[in-house]
Amino acid sequence: MVTAVDVREVTFRYRSGKGLVGVSFSVAPGERVGVVGPNTAGKSTLLRLLSKVLAPHRGAVLIHGRDVSRVGRLALAREVAVVPQDFHVAFPFSVSDVVLMGRYPYATSGAWGAHDRAVAWEAMETVGIADLADRRVDEISGGERQLVSLARALAQEPSVLLLDEPTAHLDLRHQRDVVETVFARTGDRARTLVLVSHDLNLAAEHCDRLLLLADGTVQAFGTPKEVITPQQLEQVYGCPVGIDLDPVSHRPRVRSSLARSGAVQMEMDSPRM
Amino acid sequence: MSVQAAGRRAGASPAVVLMWLAAILAASLFVSVMVGSVSLTPREVLRGLFEGGSQDAAATIVRKIRLPRTLLAGIVGACLSLAGLGFQAISRNPLADPSVLGVSSGASFGLMVAVLLGIAGPTANPVLTTLFAFGGALLAAILVYAIARVDGRLPMTTLLLSGVIIGLFFTSCVMLATVVLAAAELQGVVFWLMGNLAPANAGTLLVLGVVLLVGVVVLTRQAPRLNLLALGEEQALQLGVEAERVKRFVFVAASLVTGAAISAAGSIGFVGLIVPHAARLLLGPDHRALVPTSVLLGAAFLILADLGARTVAAPTELPVGVITSFCGAPLFVYLLRRRRGAEAW
Repeated sequence: MVTAVDVREVTFRYRSGKGLVGVSFSVAPGERVGVVGPNTAGKSTLLRLLSKVLAPHRGAVLIHGRDVSRVGRLALAREVAVVPQDFHVAFPFSVSDVVLMGRYPYATSGAWGAHDRAVAWEAMETVGIADLADRRVDEISGGERQLVSLARALAQEPSVLLLDEPTAHLDLRHQRDVVETVFARTGDRARTLVLVSHDLNLAAEHCDRLLLLADGTVQAFGTPKEVITPQQLEQVYGCPVGIDLDPVSHRPRVRSSLARSGAVQMEMDSPRM
Repeated sequence: MSVQAAGRRAGASPAVVLMWLAAILAASLFVSVMVGSVSLTPREVLRGLFEGGSQDAAATIVRKIRLPRTLLAGIVGACLSLAGLGFQAISRNPLADPSVLGVSSGASFGLMVAVLLGIAGPTANPVLTTLFAFGGALLAAILVYAIARVDGRLPMTTLLLSGVIIGLFFTSCVMLATVVLAAAELQGVVFWLMGNLAPANAGTLLVLGVVLLVGVVVLTRQAPRLNLLALGEEQALQLGVEAERVKRFVFVAASLVTGAAISAAGSIGFVGLIVPHAARLLLGPDHRALVPTSVLLGAAFLILADLGARTVAAPTELPVGVITSFCGAPLFVYLLRRRRGAEAW
């Protein structure tokens, strides 16, 4: 069976020296992989390499068995869609205009056909922003804008969806909307997911496997139970962590274990607080 | 709402707006030919345009003076608007404009070089002077973008600052060169610095028209991709757009139309800021509609601004750049204040 994403010994360095060194892993079709690790571990760089924004200095990235360096951007955009961390639109396009931009890989003249409009509409309904269709994208809230970004990516009808901190700036309700949309197991075509997140619990709860990155190298790659261990996390993050099992999902759950927990405890006990 | 509703925008359809703009352009062209130190009746204008002989005074005014000047104003207005639209699209910044970015000063500098080399002047080949202005505009634009670029992005503050710096630098170069020039040559140089519309000869108009056509073709072809660039370069790449290539095409085309406009009419400020902004208010930000809208609106705008410049203080004639700056500077301040602090910039 051909892997959906195959990263082979990829090395990439920015001029600052940071980057990725000898990263290898593969993702099966329909699998959900969470990429976790501390700041500057190279998580966003990995997504840029998977989406051909950057080209590896060594090694190769394969999507459905084809080296992305030999695949045209348009063809790649029909397979791989990205939901970025920040979503800003420079000019006052309407929400539906922006979602329709996800159809560009299928209609490069920008003359959207009935099918393109139907797909874009379905994407907006899936995400729950159909009622915002005619609103200007610069006049909606940050949370709503993130949903627009997700709908735009879904309109690309990707087989591989890459998400970079999709819930980072969102309130609880919008986080839920995004998570439910992204991880819903619907449709006949299983969508492969690669999710970059600082939220270890989100990744552990929803992903089949986790890729733990630090300083541009793979520290661990396996099921959440294999990766979310005190030893590995303490080594990577450089601070003590507490881990228990989520009673509902039975997945490992990271609890903040503050270095000076006694101080916090005293404050909470103090009646004047 | 139905499935078909996705992507439908409220408001007038582009075709209707374009027809209205064409009508307004035709009307302003006609009025501009009528009004002047000698007022002409519509009948005299029509006779001058279509039948009048060489003995007819009205026909001479129409054909030799007013029509060439009006056509020049129209084409220059269209060129500057198109340039502003192009620079705004590729820098994702509605404040980008040839004069604000210093590209106009670069074009003036290119013309100054041509004057110093003795190949520019009233009798010079318009193709050659246009090429020099184009070279200067391109040089300034490349410098501004190279200075403003931070980590592959073009933040508003650095873009505007580098535009001011490059503009001042090239203006100073032109001023330095004026010291070396004889009085007769100096007058032409001041004309390029101030910006003015004098009756143009047929050759200049032809060159300008061809350049405008090239600019319209390039921007029309790239319009769907310019829309996607609004999402940012990285996302445009991820949607299959060869962002660098698109930007380079539009960059060169915008510099070319700027150079042509300035070699024919001198530096006229803020047209490229005002017109695309008004066009966006009319039809929204879709570049497929903005390209023709900006061209028609820009032509009508500069024809009317020139009409104002000729009539407000008659018989004294104001430089048309005064009128456009009086309209453009407040708009610039308004746009800057309204979006201040917005991260998108």
